[in-house]
Amino acid sequence: MPGKLKAKIVAGRHLPVMDRASDLTDAFVEVKFGNTTFKTDVYPKSLNPQWNSEWFKFEVDDEDLQDEPLQITVLDHDTYSANDAIGKVYIDIDPLLSSEAATVISGWFPIYDTIHGIRGEINVLVKVDLFNDLNRFRQSSCGVKFFCTTSIPRCYRAVMVHGFVEELVVNEDPEYQWIDRIRTPRASNEARQRLISLMSGELQRKIGLKVLEMGGNAVVGYLQCFDLEGESGLVVRAIGTACTLDKISNTYAPASAINPCNSSPSKDTKDSPQAVPSALGCRSTHSSPVHSASSRLSQGFSVSVPTLLFAGMKHRHRSSEGPRARQCRAGFGEEAPGVPLSSGPPTPLRAQTFSSFSPSKSYSRQSSSSDTELSLTPKTARICLSPSSPTLQSKSSPIPTTKALRSTTPPPLHVSQSDTAMLRKSVSFSEDLLLAASGMGSGGSAGKEAGPLKALLRQQTQSALEQREFPFFTLTSFPAGFLLHVGGVVSARSVKLLDRIHNPALGNTRSYKLLDWNSFTADEPETRDAWWEEIRQEIKSHAKALGCHAVVGYSESTSICEEVCILSASGTAAVLSSRFMQDGALDMDHRLSRQQAPVFTSGTEKGEGDMGSSASLGFEDLAPPGCGFCHIPYDELNMPFPAQLTYCHCCRRFKVPDVLFTTIDLPTEANVTGKGCLIQARLCRTKKKAQGEGNATAISNLLPFLEYELHTQLMNKLKLRSMNALFGLRIQISIGENMLLGLASATGVYLTPLPSPGGIQIAGKTPSDITYEQHISNMQKKINDTIAKNKELYEVNPPKLFTLDPEAFRCINTELVEEVIGSPIPEPRQRSRLFRSHSESSDEVSELDLSHGKKDAFVLEIDDTDAVEDIHSLLTDAPTPPGFYSCNTEIMPGIYNWTSALQMFTSVRVFRLSNVNLTNQGLNKVFNDLCENLLKSLYFKLRSMVPCCLCHLNFTVAVPEDELIQVAVTAVAMSFDKEQTLENGRQSCDKTLMKAITENEEQLQFPLELTAESSSNPLSSAKGLSEVSGALPSARVSSLEKASPLPEGRSRSLRSNRSYAGGSVAVVKMTPLSFIPGTKIIKYLGIINMFFIRETTSLREEGGVSGFLHSFIAEVFAMVRAHVAALGGNAVVSYSMKECVFMENPNKNQAQCLINVSGDAVIFVRESELEATPPQPQSASTQTSSSGEGT
Amino acid sequence: MTMELDVFVGNTTIIDEEVYQLWLDGFSVADAVKMRLENGALGECEVSGEVLHSDTMDQYRTFQMCERLLHCPSKLANQLLFQIPAHHQAMLIERYYEFDHMFAREVLGKKLSKGTKKDLDDISSKTGIALKSCRRQFDNFKRVFKVVEELKGPLAENVQHHFLLSDLLAKDYAAVVFFANSRFETGKKKLQYLSFQDFAFCACQLISYWTVGAVDNMMDDMDVDLEKEFLHDLKDLKVLVNDKDMLDQHKSLVCSQLRGRIRVFTEMEANFKNLSRALINIASKLTNTKDVRDLFIDLVEKFIEPCRSDKWTAGDLTLFLTHYTSTASTLETFRYQVIWERYMGVVKSCILKMYHD
Repeated sequence: MPGKLKAKIVAGRHLPVMDRASDLTDAFVEVKFGNTTFKTDVYPKSLNPQWNSEWFKFEVDDEDLQDEPLQITVLDHDTYSANDAIGKVYIDIDPLLSSEAATVISGWFPIYDTIHGIRGEINVLVKVDLFNDLNRFRQSSCGVKFFCTTSIPRCYRAVMVHGFVEELVVNEDPEYQWIDRIRTPRASNEARQRLISLMSGELQRKIGLKVLEMGGNAVVGYLQCFDLEGESGLVVRAIGTACTLDKISNTYAPASAINPCNSSPSKDTKDSPQAVPSALGCRSTHSSPVHSASSRLSQGFSVSVPTLLFAGMKHRHRSSEGPRARQCRAGFGEEAPGVPLSSGPPTPLRAQTFSSFSPSKSYSRQSSSSDTELSLTPKTARICLSPSSPTLQSKSSPIPTTKALRSTTPPPLHVSQSDTAMLRKSVSFSEDLLLAASGMGSGGSAGKEAGPLKALLRQQTQSALEQREFPFFTLTSFPAGFLLHVGGVVSARSVKLLDRIHNPALGNTRSYKLLDWNSFTADEPETRDAWWEEIRQEIKSHAKALGCHAVVGYSESTSICEEVCILSASGTAAVLSSRFMQDGALDMDHRLSRQQAPVFTSGTEKGEGDMGSSASLGFEDLAPPGCGFCHIPYDELNMPFPAQLTYCHCCRRFKVPDVLFTTIDLPTEANVTGKGCLIQARLCRTKKKAQGEGNATAISNLLPFLEYELHTQLMNKLKLRSMNALFGLRIQISIGENMLLGLASATGVYLTPLPSPGGIQIAGKTPSDITYEQHISNMQKKINDTIAKNKELYEVNPPKLFTLDPEAFRCINTELVEEVIGSPIPEPRQRSRLFRSHSESSDEVSELDLSHGKKDAFVLEIDDTDAVEDIHSLLTDAPTPPGFYSCNTEIMPGIYNWTSALQMFTSVRVFRLSNVNLTNQGLNKVFNDLCENLLKSLYFKLRSMVPCCLCHLNFTVAVPEDELIQVAVTAVAMSFDKEQTLENGRQSCDKTLMKAITENEEQLQFPLELTAESSSNPLSSAKGLSEVSGALPSARVSSLEKASPLPEGRSRSLRSNRSYAGGSVAVVKMTPLSFIPGTKIIKYLGIINMFFIRETTSLREEGGVSGFLHSFIAEVFAMVRAHVAALGGNAVVSYSMKECVFMENPNKNQAQCLINVSGDAVIFVRESELEATPPQPQSASTQTSSSGEGT
Repeated sequence: MTMELDVFVGNTTIIDEEVYQLWLDGFSVADAVKMRLENGALGECEVSGEVLHSDTMDQYRTFQMCERLLHCPSKLANQLLFQIPAHHQAMLIERYYEFDHMFAREVLGKKLSKGTKKDLDDISSKTGIALKSCRRQFDNFKRVFKVVEELKGPLAENVQHHFLLSDLLAKDYAAVVFFANSRFETGKKKLQYLSFQDFAFCACQLISYWTVGAVDNMMDDMDVDLEKEFLHDLKDLKVLVNDKDMLDQHKSLVCSQLRGRIRVFTEMEANFKNLSRALINIASKLTNTKDVRDLFIDLVEKFIEPCRSDKWTAGDLTLFLTHYTSTASTLETFRYQVIWERYMGVVKSCILKMYHD
């Protein structure tokens, strides 16, 4: 329950001059936590005060520890008048509450003032002593780790993915309270900053509680957002994916040390060709009766128009009680006919019909069956591991190798960080057990039976997922084998009218008491919660319609203008693997592990080979890597919409759609031809000014058109680039007083399994006119030229349509051959499956549908002005300059040899439309130019990094005022090595991966040895490792920190090291990606979630709006870097700028800006350093440790 | 339709050296854009003026924000606001403190006061250096001067230590500071032919040999002022011209050494007494601050000009000064060898440096 927070104020530097007379400052510091405040002495007449204070101790509840920030205020002492505030530092102490994250916060923090910006720096030392095992207490959730990263963090393994967690808290916005009229802007800003800090702390704590309830220990893909609703209040909401994570570094046991190369057998299995044929053979599920019965859905959704799944709900009042889900469906039914898509040219995109929505009940029925309890939960895992289940061994006869025997040692049940090897074992067993327990066959059954079995298994998974209220995942990239099929993008929007949030807490004496949802039974405050619930139900039903039971890459957003608010949610409907537990072992660097691992040949590794083959059972559901996820999850016979299906160009066994849109990152195993590129659809629509309900109606009437046109643009641009799939699709719609902005960004790629996209044909309706014909043929020529050019640019050389793709074919063949040679003694089961797969493939090859070659080209009719405009915008997109690539996903397909040079940046532009009476077309052009020019500027700025790729290009648009358009971009530019050929790149990549793994193990193995004697010499371990990590700015790096109780002396000595390190500031890298090329993340230190307000009343003097924002963004970066460095980190990954609200009043010479940023603080080490550093000899570490003790 | 706001901020601050130079040279954004377009250095990438303008504006803002830090270069390494790689930090500082020798020549020896600053527009129009740039350079001089003025120890090293400059630049600053402190006259018409480098060389000589620090590095005195005691002792050298015997003896020794070796022997022989007297007079007067200030004008008027009018070559002058110095030491009655050599060493190298058109 309680914890002791200790803070020490060491020194200040570069303080501003506060006393004009002496040109000096008499500074002192107030340290505040909760309601307790301490003060340091005044350090007179210095701009570089040395307070060196005592330890200020706060004894507080852990609930407060989670909610409250430590507040440090630097003031100038004034004898005669009130003391002047110099600035403040808010320190989020959450990272200290998790044993695996940081242990001490120590370093220089910029002193920040909301009016003056950064004013000097202060050196602070913060520690927390927690007394009890906190997880027993309900109100706090200390120890739950939070990650912004939307994949399984690099040094963790997912033991279990529990699912969706969400929460929101609301409060009155201090900016709109009466008191704001009498207080200074500074006081108002600070109140707001503090409140939001409190609210995010509370939100995080509550989400943590939910995670603990679900049995998880971490939230991955944590996405927190603010809705500044103005008068009606302030909403802070967050979503994430609850997981049980296991730290990899701690789990390498001697077993892996004996044979480090093979310590990840499941990975090998996945990559080895062995696994492939078996996977090929197992997918007879489509014809299984269970499946077809359950998938007879009759929705009229088009997969190729997934983004158009739109719901124009207009619940303007808070009375949206009752069964929300049903209501929302009804809402959809009503609105759908309004979408003018049913009649149109016979393109796949337009030719869709919205029939009435009748969700099948079969899923839910199944979810209620008793089978569900067989779904994989930690319990089953434990049963597998426990030696008391003899059936296990009898059924998994091929498995008992030396390793398998090891796994039967009883593991401590509650410790999730048990030996990885064991857990991996459990992975393969659990599959067997599941099969066995379901009573449908033994684990040793042949593939023929496995087919229907699998189907059933999938049903079970589905039902398990169905049981959840929202089977959503905020993850965008997954451990290999987790993502089975992708249906398409599902999205829902809802237009709401904001109303004042009833806030009874306001009358209380405590001014900023937070509203607790649960403590108010009144139905009014439920509104915001209910709104989101509706949207989610909507999404869920869309996913179902696509034959999917889960939504991945899920995200939510809002756009607010006056009282109207658009809530948007989008994700990708998907079918996930049931084996949440076994995937984790692969996740480490799975991004890089796309290459095939060496085939097992030698006899010594036979045990591993066996292991692999048995584990391969676990991957039966896995279609051949690279195409499986493209296969349609819905039933082709009862397609919910008309789409052109063809046989997969890789395996030629399963159907794939002609185009695939997703919100997720490109799966690492995906088979991609050529390179990808950023594709943006931009749209601007005028809207009449209106108030209240009328405005909401106008907006919801406009929305479907907007979405439709965005979609058309995306499709056209995709075809223009000869690509057939979009990843990372993000559609943003912003509302302004008199316009609506739509921006869709995605990364286009050519997925090899999907058919080659047809060209774009232009047709006119008046063929008699010759000049008109010429005009059309000119345009057609231009478009064809562009397509050809793009093909070359993006190296899209799709396999010829009629000659079977030689590569794919060879792939199949060689794999089959290798399978036979590769595993000397294939298990009977596997052999049979092998045959089966063989026969199956031969069967289906004959069925190959070759008609797709004659597929109709995409036809554009240019009779209406819209189409002319479309074509125009198609051709005005400037190509990226030579040497540049761009994408909005994490990685760029086709580029593997990244160098370590990277540059994260934020760019903001605000454009004023002077002409109020602009037409839609004019607006479009302006908006389009704005985005294009911004990109051009970025390319120019970063020209020195060529060849390079702009990754994770994240555009945010807003309409801050009547005639203003704001575009903010955050991205990272990463250089790559052009010299290396692609093939070499792949190989070297693979090599470094392998090396990294072995190195990692070596490295980890040695601290483990040290831990044995850590009781006698706790310092040695930490010191030793810090030496390994070489160039790290702080020596507090240790994966062992958990194991070695942090001695007081160590941190002190280290701190002194840092503060006397010649003044050079530690370099902190920032990236919106979840990794840094060429490096290995060895530790996650905690989440960074910061909110800042900056205001000025001397805008001109600060260099105008640009000068003001420029310095503010630089200041935000500086503060993020300082916090990371103080945690002992050297990088921020998954960095994002969630909010950038800029308001100006040039007449009053004023401006205000709010920025919210987040990311994960990490420690990384260069792979080259890892390789270069052999395990530290004991003598060296003891030597350094003795010197450490000396200080 | 206008761009209201346009910013780009990188985690690592991007610095374009070319734009930095344009900024330092005091060009406006519009001019800088024009120059960048004309330079065509961007030939490879097709860029519009718009893109260039945006980039230039951005860079200029960055520099403006950095300027405050550059005033105290050691802060640049400690500050948290900009993450700038070390080599770029060094470049920023070095370039910021680099100055135009033309400009430096104009303010050399002047008091670094507000009054002088007011005259900068004249200097600007005279030298063709933008006023903005002149102001920066002047402020740099003043800032460096203020910091090192009161410091102990070697001047150039102090400059280098506090402003993290390169050896060469630190030496140039030492010269500027030294001149400003002693207020040497450099503005007279007769001195116009001398460049900043000439004076910087002389300053270096003076600092190295005539200041207190020159004798004893460990001394707690400063490098900025000439050693009083030494200047006082220079009066003793008068004996070389006042003592008729000694003067004759000195002359004959020099003549015997130089006979046939210099082209202007006859002129030298005729002028010896005047030349010698000139040099000794300059030495003996240096106790007066006023005469110290006039050191260079005196050297030019009393020594260099007569030689020049007799068409001495630089080689002639070198030989003459070498032997003039060395023979005096051999005079039996001359007891001030140490002072003499200390004086003549500097004067000789200064004159040789200053002896050109």
